[in-house]
Amino acid sequence: MSAVVSPLREPLIEGSKSYHDITEDLVGPTEKAPNSTWVIGFIISVAALTFGVFCIIYSIWVGIGSWNLNRTIGWGWDITNFVWWVGIGHAGTLISAILLLFRQKWRTGVNRAAEAMTIFAVMCAGLFPLIHMGRIWLAIFIFPYPNTRGPLWVNFNSPLLWDVFAISTYFTVSVLFWYTGLVPDFATVRDRAKGVRKKIYNFLSFGWTGSAKHWQRWESLSLILAGIATPLVLSVHTIVSFDFATSVIPGWHTTIFPPYFVAGAIFSGFAMVLTLMLIARKLLSLEEYITIAHIESMNKVILLTGNIVGVAYLTELFIAWYSVYTYEQFAFYNRAAGIYWWSYFGMMACNVISPQIFWVKKFRRSSFVTFFMSFFFNIGRRFERFVIIATTLARDYLPSSWSYYVPTWVEIGIFIGTGGLFFTLFLLFTRVAPVVAVAEIKSILKTSGDQYIGPKASHHHADKAKVEETSH
Amino acid sequence: MATATHNEVLFGLYDDEEILMDAVKEANAQHLTIMDVYTPFPVHGLDPLLGLKESRLHIAGFIYGSIGTMTAFGVMTWIFTRDWPIIFGGKPYWSVPSFIPITFELTVLFAAIGMVVTFYTVCGLGPGVTNPTLDDRITDDKFCIAFRTNNSSEEEISSLRSFFDRTGASFINTKTI
Repeated sequence: MSAVVSPLREPLIEGSKSYHDITEDLVGPTEKAPNSTWVIGFIISVAALTFGVFCIIYSIWVGIGSWNLNRTIGWGWDITNFVWWVGIGHAGTLISAILLLFRQKWRTGVNRAAEAMTIFAVMCAGLFPLIHMGRIWLAIFIFPYPNTRGPLWVNFNSPLLWDVFAISTYFTVSVLFWYTGLVPDFATVRDRAKGVRKKIYNFLSFGWTGSAKHWQRWESLSLILAGIATPLVLSVHTIVSFDFATSVIPGWHTTIFPPYFVAGAIFSGFAMVLTLMLIARKLLSLEEYITIAHIESMNKVILLTGNIVGVAYLTELFIAWYSVYTYEQFAFYNRAAGIYWWSYFGMMACNVISPQIFWVKKFRRSSFVTFFMSFFFNIGRRFERFVIIATTLARDYLPSSWSYYVPTWVEIGIFIGTGGLFFTLFLLFTRVAPVVAVAEIKSILKTSGDQYIGPKASHHHADKAKVEETSH
Repeated sequence: MATATHNEVLFGLYDDEEILMDAVKEANAQHLTIMDVYTPFPVHGLDPLLGLKESRLHIAGFIYGSIGTMTAFGVMTWIFTRDWPIIFGGKPYWSVPSFIPITFELTVLFAAIGMVVTFYTVCGLGPGVTNPTLDDRITDDKFCIAFRTNNSSEEEISSLRSFFDRTGASFINTKTI
């Protein structure tokens, strides 16, 4: 292999695997009947999804008067959930695209699942603006198409329309990127399968043969898709933040929003990746592929982005004071000490204070602590979205219209339903596709397998690694 | 790659990509014409040995992206200056800065879709396509060199067989694809 091998790097594949072992370990789970943990998880997810579907139908049937939104607080849990899910949908492309450009090999263990998670999270996110329209059957009006009403066009100057383009582009590109990576792995599944299963995977694998020229084009395609997905992933949450930043509401009308939202999105995406991967590696026995080294790397990203978000919170407070603008100052006083103080407190505690635990190496490398903490991070993100949206709207310019908002059971139900949708799709995904990218893991085996670089590596391999290192 | 005519193929499987690379070098030294090499994952350093030129997908991607840029910017310009000019917030009809986000998104969208479609088309891959495979283990852990032997004499075939033996192939077989 031509890559540089550092003796200081931790192995990313444990257990002295051969190429065939990798295939067995990663494709195997899709060939066996699911275990009882999976079945229980699936039943719970489908139950949540069913309840969510009921609440969505109820909302559409009676109208969004079934929610507690009012004239003052026009955005509540719906937009909170939208921004939260979009944020979660950022980790997949970040891991697969930005880490590919940075040549971070640890991404190969988690990129497949993270991309799947991205796609499912964006599906959950996209649902909310649609339901929020009230008359969902008119949703096609958001697209600019020649019509008989003039033609009357959409407003291309509106950030809400930019959102339509950003989210749909992001979803499409993520799906294409994910599926292109899956094609060679589906071919692996196909060549092990028999009967109907072989037919299905033959269809899914697009006739992949593994020809050298195909691999060359495949790598070229992956690299360019990564190159264009990188600014894309940054643009998506930037544009989501424009929904707020281009308004004239004190507390929203700030230039810090784009970087602050993007950092927050990476934070929440990694938190959800950690939650899911810690479950998946236990459920599918993938501890040798998703190692403690992977978890530590992700925890470092969490620590970094958690602190970026913390700096953003403090910067907002400072700028509010420094602006000498009464309304801006009031907005932030109200956030921290007003009626929704508990939400602001939750946000600070979960997003800024709790990640500090990861300065300690022992906690960073503990899967139990990480799993436990990942829930705090996920909750913290929801607090932040809620603080930004509801708190700001609850106290607007006119004290006579000041209001308070708590969600109804319908709104809570829809949120639970999207959780159900997300986990249902993810659990199905673990059954039909290899959760870890098989071909990519094989391609890093000789530079990151423990029999080549670990403490037990034989002299032959170690010498070879050294020679390769000096030759570059 | 799928072809209309049937090919007689003699192929050998190797257990490791390093043995495969040495075998390809050996084949080049003996001026043997390799039909194709099949591997379970991308093997770096193989392309120059096989004389494969760099993929031009990125050029295609650039062209698709440019089409996206022009489409988005052109359509928005036409709509807001010619088809139905509306003043939003006292801004000019042709308010370029607010066209940038959508222009960017469509650039990425066109480039991505165009490149992916091009990739599958030039590779002869797609939903429902069945390409003949030489051996099921190629997508698992075997590395394959294939020679076309349509009009080869007995002598040529036996020299290819001895090439596989010498270069350490673990499995040799023929197949018509």
